[in-house]
Amino acid sequence: MTVYFSQREMVVPGQLLARGMYRLGDNVYRVGQNIYAMKLGLAELKDNTISVIPLKECYMPNVGDLVIGLIIDIGITNWSVDIASPYTALLQVNDAFSKPIDPLREDLKKYFNVGDYIIAKVIAFDKTRDPLLSTKEPPCGKIEKGTVIEISPAKIPRLIGKRGSMISIIKRELDCQIVVGQNGRVWIFAKDPFYEEVAIKVIRKIEEEAHTTGLTDRVREIIRRLKG
Amino acid sequence: MIIRKEEKPIKLVDENGIRVDGRRVDEIRKLNIEVGVLKNADGSCYLELGRNRIIVAVYGPREVHPRHLSLPDRAILRCRYHMVPFSVLERKSPNPTRREIELSKVIREALEPAIFLENFPRTTIDIFIEVLQADGGTRTAGISAAAVALADAGIPMRDLVTAIAVGKADGHIILDLNDVEDKYGEADMPIAIMPNVGKITLLQADGVFTPEEFKTALNLANKGIKEVYTKQKEALRKRYLQIKEEVE
Amino acid sequence: MSKSEEIVPKLEKQKISALLSKGERLDGRKLYEYRPITIETDYIKKAEGSAIVKLGNTISIAGVKAEIGTPFSDTPNEGVLIVNTEFLPLASPTFEPGPPDENAIEIARIIDRGLRSSDALDRRRLAIIPGKRVWVIYVDVYVLNHDGNMIDASGIAVLSALLTTKIPVVKIVNDEIEISDEWVPLPMKDRPIPVTMAKIEDKILVDPNIREESVMDYRLTLTINEAENICAIQKGGGGGLSIDDLHQAIDIAIKASREIRKALPSIPDTQDIAYVVK
Repeated sequence: MTVYFSQREMVVPGQLLARGMYRLGDNVYRVGQNIYAMKLGLAELKDNTISVIPLKECYMPNVGDLVIGLIIDIGITNWSVDIASPYTALLQVNDAFSKPIDPLREDLKKYFNVGDYIIAKVIAFDKTRDPLLSTKEPPCGKIEKGTVIEISPAKIPRLIGKRGSMISIIKRELDCQIVVGQNGRVWIFAKDPFYEEVAIKVIRKIEEEAHTTGLTDRVREIIRRLKG
Repeated sequence: MIIRKEEKPIKLVDENGIRVDGRRVDEIRKLNIEVGVLKNADGSCYLELGRNRIIVAVYGPREVHPRHLSLPDRAILRCRYHMVPFSVLERKSPNPTRREIELSKVIREALEPAIFLENFPRTTIDIFIEVLQADGGTRTAGISAAAVALADAGIPMRDLVTAIAVGKADGHIILDLNDVEDKYGEADMPIAIMPNVGKITLLQADGVFTPEEFKTALNLANKGIKEVYTKQKEALRKRYLQIKEEVE
Repeated sequence: MSKSEEIVPKLEKQKISALLSKGERLDGRKLYEYRPITIETDYIKKAEGSAIVKLGNTISIAGVKAEIGTPFSDTPNEGVLIVNTEFLPLASPTFEPGPPDENAIEIARIIDRGLRSSDALDRRRLAIIPGKRVWVIYVDVYVLNHDGNMIDASGIAVLSALLTTKIPVVKIVNDEIEISDEWVPLPMKDRPIPVTMAKIEDKILVDPNIREESVMDYRLTLTINEAENICAIQKGGGGGLSIDDLHQAIDIAIKASREIRKALPSIPDTQDIAYVVK
């Protein structure tokens, strides 16, 4: 069993990472005894598992994910939702609210209109059909105020932090509400518009520095500097 | 009436083995690769090889329109190779020529084996190659640049794809033909390889090779491929380090 | 990624409105401020002239090819100018490959109009043998990344390329043409600068970026020449403009063109493009 990279070394697709019976993590593939990288990113060996943390990634929906979507079309019994993924999602009328809606009597536009951002949960996805969403459970629903920004989905775990540690720091220090979508979209609302601006800057900084170490410690300092 | 013409040189390779632009038979031209130069594209690459100037954008995976073009079990790969009218000495019409259509196809087929298309059913991955200035070897340079752009886009790949052309001029087997050598030489063979997997994904030739010459040409191509692959890796790594430096 | 570029989120529209009422914009610019412009000329050596322009994140490249050909029958003593553009699928997730659509053609014609009205390229000085042989100047301009205001980015690229183009002097020997190896600039007389403005709610702003373009009522392009006169106008988009708007726009455009003019290459000294050898 041999490893051909140093921890967190930048690797390119096709690069030989290791030989032997390691477990396969994300973004690597095996041919016989050899394990190769599939994407440009940082190679890692942890708990006998080899993986590559990618520099860029597109969002592939997982059942249970919380996402922030943009309504792009209204059908007779559903809404089409852009979830920043190669696949457009569908929100069926029956999955939207706990109270039933009769689409023949009511105008779906009243509830969610084209151009509205919504917080939703992915309730079904397999590669043969479009992902299905639900907005029944909190915190799901229409976003009425605040700002929605987009960051690379690959950086979302870093933004949330271990057991939510990173995101809690931002929420506390800037007295704001934040919902992080697994699809790379983040909603921020602070009563103080200046703090909202700061929160946006901090999140972008975390996105830039996601691959560095000691980020959680530095974040408090970053916030303090931007607060002025 | 065209105002600038390149004259056919008396010799393509002189008695000291030096070519028209001062290179030896086994040298590639000056190669420069930059990653992530276009903001809208999911991945992009700008490449200079000698006087070639090529820019590539990758979009995808994304939805296919019209829907009936999509495949149920994998992504489709679409590729467009296009030269801008001012890329050559005699202005080229902006409309796609038969050559551009053929090159779009062989380039697509050179990149397809490297991509895990089955990861993204019912989508398309689009590759757009624009030649801003052409000086021989644009299809192989385009392939090398497209592979870098695909990696920049985070598209899962088995390997990068690296390409170069070898050929024959004045009886010598030469590496990386420029425009003049392409036009007036005796043979031209573009090759693309997945360097780690070790499989050839593009192979074309015109002109005549003896079996011996062919073997020599392949060896020379290997040397060229190694050099281009090193530059591809360097460029991709630099992209990451760029961000790291801004941080520190 | 499936992105819905045509749909502007309501939240963003609200933000643009709120900022505008304070005279501010999403990217921090003032209403009459252009994004940073960089111009690099002589970029493509196989072209007789070229320029690559970055206007914020919008990137446009123009190339000039010069050929000797026959004049149009209605202007036998003038050279020919042909401006062409198309939207490359490279530049935006919404561009599809194919022949130029109406928007691309409109841009080429706006740029052409500005050049023609201002006589920027002195086509009378491009006749070699009047009635028989003239210079035909092709300018092809392509947007490589679309982040709004492709008109101005492309117009500035075309202008910069023409101002730095060189053509060989032609010798006329016994009614036959010979190309010399002396190169001179194109005969240029003016620098018409397109200034594009957008109307959003009750405000006029210059150099709309792509987000602003998707919420604007209409756009208005005024092309301003060296003498600060208007030499071309194009209103685009579905909304309607008031006379007041128009007066305001003229003022704004003339002032905005001054900064851009400083960044442009200067008009080269005119030299003879042909001479007869006896």
